[in-house]
Amino acid sequence: MPDNDAFDAEQEPVTRSFWSGTITFGLVSIPVALYAANRSNRVSLRMVSPQGTPLNRRYFTTRDDRELDADEIVRGYEIEKDRFVIADDDELERLAPERTRDIDLRQFVKVDEIDPMYFERAYYLTPAGQSTKAYRLLAQVMEETGRAGIATFVMRAREYLVAIMAENGILRAETLRFADELRTPETVGLPEPAEPSAAAVRTMDREIGKRLDDALDPRELEDDSAERLLKVVRAKERSGEGVVHVEERESDGESDIIDLMEILKRRLQGEQEEAAGTAADSSDEDDAPRPARKTAAKQATARKPAAKKTGATTATAKKTASTSATAKKTASKRTASKTVTSKKTASKTASKKPTAKKPASKRTASKRAA
Amino acid sequence: MAARAIWKASICFGAVDVPVKLYSAVQDRAVHFRLLDAKRHEPVKQHMVDSDTGTVVAPADIRRAYPTAEGDMVILGEEDLAGVVPEPSREIQVTRFVPPEEITHQWYDRPYFLGPDAQDEAYFALAAALRKRNVEGVARWTMRSKQYVGALRAEGDYLMLITLRHAGEVVPASALPAPTGRALDDREIAMAKQLVKAMEDPFDITQYHDEYRERVVELMEARAAGKVVKFPRAAIRKTDVSLADVLEQSLAATGETGKERKRA
Repeated sequence: MPDNDAFDAEQEPVTRSFWSGTITFGLVSIPVALYAANRSNRVSLRMVSPQGTPLNRRYFTTRDDRELDADEIVRGYEIEKDRFVIADDDELERLAPERTRDIDLRQFVKVDEIDPMYFERAYYLTPAGQSTKAYRLLAQVMEETGRAGIATFVMRAREYLVAIMAENGILRAETLRFADELRTPETVGLPEPAEPSAAAVRTMDREIGKRLDDALDPRELEDDSAERLLKVVRAKERSGEGVVHVEERESDGESDIIDLMEILKRRLQGEQEEAAGTAADSSDEDDAPRPARKTAAKQATARKPAAKKTGATTATAKKTASTSATAKKTASKRTASKTVTSKKTASKTASKKPTAKKPASKRTASKRAA
Repeated sequence: MAARAIWKASICFGAVDVPVKLYSAVQDRAVHFRLLDAKRHEPVKQHMVDSDTGTVVAPADIRRAYPTAEGDMVILGEEDLAGVVPEPSREIQVTRFVPPEEITHQWYDRPYFLGPDAQDEAYFALAAALRKRNVEGVARWTMRSKQYVGALRAEGDYLMLITLRHAGEVVPASALPAPTGRALDDREIAMAKQLVKAMEDPFDITQYHDEYRERVVELMEARAAGKVVKFPRAAIRKTDVSLADVLEQSLAATGETGKERKRA
């Protein structure tokens, strides 16, 4: 968690569905769209020049410091120091068999049997088909029985283990950490448990007993630092000191976040996302040959909080289903290195990073569904 | 291979003061890729560049700014940011103890193991008392200039601290409207319940593996060894009939394999 500056997140827009697909329950298919249920509440700051111009992250060659376009960048898997295998997005995509792209509920478990340490992130699932019947049926039955459906599925070159739960008639996917992503007291190296004396336990128990409460106080979950920062910002705004007007206004996600609740409400009430070719797509830049500059910058931001979002890195991989239209240069560098493949997927790669938790392609989804 | 403690602190409430070491309970298993220059296959460097002029801005000249809704940038100086950083402290303050079900899944963020720091008995006594009472502590602390709220709980004989998301970071289901439509059919509800029951098992997370990650690593290693890699063919999906029919077929399908399944 202490991985990056508290306020330094460049936001990912979260109001767009970043995946749509199918839950399968027995032989029943339930088309759904996935939306983040967690949003960043932190006051997010941007990096700017001393004059207040927003900064973008760019990539340069190590050797001669030449700026690289997104299509001049590929991703490599380091097999040993300084020796890389080029990761081809199409191949990575094909590693996931079709069936693994459904959220196939393989097992139902009691919700309270899932240890809290496994929970990673929550996503709302909204009905995406013509009928909401199967969706409502599954939600009602799981809620009434206190059960969660467990599934694994592959999305953007990452496999997710999810617990599908229902609350208030709404389905939610909680991503779970795989068992091997968690340490145990043994692997951490904690000492063997020592049997405490009954007196020591009693003392603790007495102190705990004095502070029992029957509920969590929501005020305890407030983010004080963000509030304090906002106060500083407001004061500066009033004084005009350090306030710069910037012409270019990127959609940096802030307004998106405010709208998340609104969007979810609309989707849950049956309103579908706009058809392909609109906002969701244009930001995707899948097959746009040269959206390099902007997307490269985005990718970088996703990389920053690496410790936390380990998924982001791997997620980059994917997303190529929709890219097959783009030219794949069978490059002349086959000889460059034995371990290097010839395909070139750079523009994809660079633009893909944020997809880990972000938008995404309807095109990918619809292609899979086909 | 023991993990390294990332922080040291004391759990404090009332007369209790238990020194602990904090360890991340999560270990990174993701496959990491490096960005390479496509021509030379050398790792790339990053710089921040001015979005207007395209010139590189040196790290020392980078400022932080708050973008307002009106399109202004409020540039924050070091003193502005310093004033916001919470006071450092080595105390994990427990404010109250609540039943575990009060802290629901959506709040959980990241788990940490706590280990005893010199006072083993106090540590194991606290874990034992939490387990016996079946409660979790609501804890607050500041670590590396950040404020956290967390759930202090017993994990077996040990103590665990799970950080919680802040209030505004979770969209609660209670604030959202459930999808509506024509009333559900009783028979369908009954069959769906039956199907859930037929597919019920005790939860054992170790039976799930990140197979995709394993395949990615395999592919990369095979490539490195110069081997040819085959890809599985995509399966064809069936289309649906009526919901009741499909439920019935599903039940029939589980019935066949039902003998191996445990009863709920």
